[in-house]
Amino acid sequence: MLILLFDTALILEKSILVIVLFLITLGVAAYSTYGERKVAAFIQDRLGPNRAGPFGLLQPLADGVKFFTKEDFMPNAAERWLYILAPGAFMFVACMTSAVIPWGTQLTIFPRPVDLQVADINIGILYVMGFTSLGVYGIMIGGWSSNNKYSLYGAIRASSQMISYELAMGLSIIAVVMLTGTLSLKEIAAQQTGFNWNIWYQPLGFLLFFICSLAECNRAPFDMAECETELVGGYHTEYSSMKLGFYLFAEYINMFISCTIIATLYFGGYNFPGVDPGWLGGFMGPIVLFAKIFFFIFVFMWIRWTIPRFRYDQLMHLGWKSLIPLAILNMLLTGAGVLLFEN
Amino acid sequence: MQALTNRSKNVVDKKMTFMERIYLPAILSGMWITLKHFFRKKNALNYPEEKRPFAPVYRGWHVLKRDAKGRENCTACGLCAVACPAEAITMEAAERRKGEEHLYREEKYAAVYEINMLRCIFCGLCEEACPKEAIFLTDRIVPSDYVRQNFIFGKDMLVEGIDPANRIDVTVRQKHIQEHKTGSGQ
Repeated sequence: MLILLFDTALILEKSILVIVLFLITLGVAAYSTYGERKVAAFIQDRLGPNRAGPFGLLQPLADGVKFFTKEDFMPNAAERWLYILAPGAFMFVACMTSAVIPWGTQLTIFPRPVDLQVADINIGILYVMGFTSLGVYGIMIGGWSSNNKYSLYGAIRASSQMISYELAMGLSIIAVVMLTGTLSLKEIAAQQTGFNWNIWYQPLGFLLFFICSLAECNRAPFDMAECETELVGGYHTEYSSMKLGFYLFAEYINMFISCTIIATLYFGGYNFPGVDPGWLGGFMGPIVLFAKIFFFIFVFMWIRWTIPRFRYDQLMHLGWKSLIPLAILNMLLTGAGVLLFEN
Repeated sequence: MQALTNRSKNVVDKKMTFMERIYLPAILSGMWITLKHFFRKKNALNYPEEKRPFAPVYRGWHVLKRDAKGRENCTACGLCAVACPAEAITMEAAERRKGEEHLYREEKYAAVYEINMLRCIFCGLCEEACPKEAIFLTDRIVPSDYVRQNFIFGKDMLVEGIDPANRIDVTVRQKHIQEHKTGSGQ
């Protein structure tokens, strides 16, 4: 009986955490669209959206209403079920990744300590890699089932880009795993106490990971999959209404998750020198982590509005001829370092 | 061949150095530029609420002026219609009756005064021709519409209000025209 009670509390606790995380993810993604437009405007000496609500803060809401009220058009020759399924699959995969991220240590304000992680699986980073790789299916299925040449081009570009950059990404993560000796994100975050962040040991690895996550998120300068000048709208050319909204939204969720992974792997997660993540009943950890995440989201946008898009062959050159050799070199150096200093 | 300007640059197809080939210094300097723009003063205006003043040469929506006592200046002499190269102005004159002295300054006035805004080329010859300083082109933008008929502006769209709050200020334009007429403006 006691065990059953305990489990009910656990299930309740995890469900609440999942729902809260889901809402936060959606909120951050929605306000990333607003932030993106503001950052773009400010960089281009404009004002950005400022009509809907104070400072235009209701703009994401207005955009949502617009997406829902637009005509939901489907091409006649589209593969009906896959066409409907694809945006949902993309969105679902984007939302799944946040489950293994340690958002903080523990909340102590409740009768029993609450772990700020939905699932502490010991292969957390592999899980993340697996799900980000699945993300390409949403794009592939959507692009193919639209029965449109531009969509198909976008989808093919997206998939080959993801495969190319996932290699370098995986190799740079391996270096982190070698350094920390664990695949669990919780332990990786917990090891980087104070200012003992992985970035100091893995500067090259961080740079490679960062470039690869830009490519994985299909963000400029690697947004080949929806390159407007060449491919109309890329893989979502034929999508309209909330299906398009799902695609755009899921891209922002991916960006949010990427920034979270960067912060967790290289920038100490919820750790900050002089700040105990247990302060404020455990809420200090998430606050620190979110500050880092928002900083990286800003950097993502800053890069997007600075650098022009790469050409497709340049993208492949960079991925295969520069990033992968560098990642292997980084892995060897890390291995040598671990061998020399830790034994 | 002689160069037309001294601004032309010699294009050299030289190999990129290592620092140039790794892109990162160039990308970082580019990001520094965009960051500076991020904090720069914005040029954009919140348009309908904030407006930039137009130059005095701007010629927009016409106004038929009243004098200080609120009487219409126009006497329907027709000089503006004659001067108009686009033949956009038509009018019908009428005689002022007893009891209308507070409305019209002189014995004759325009009962109907119409400008076809689709014909008008906003040249400003009407205000130059006017002997009574009755018509001016203002800095107001002619509103858009879907129906051609609505672009024929009658007196309801042209005459300014009697109430001081509804008067349309044309002093800058008036001064500009005076300078233009006397030749001292250039």
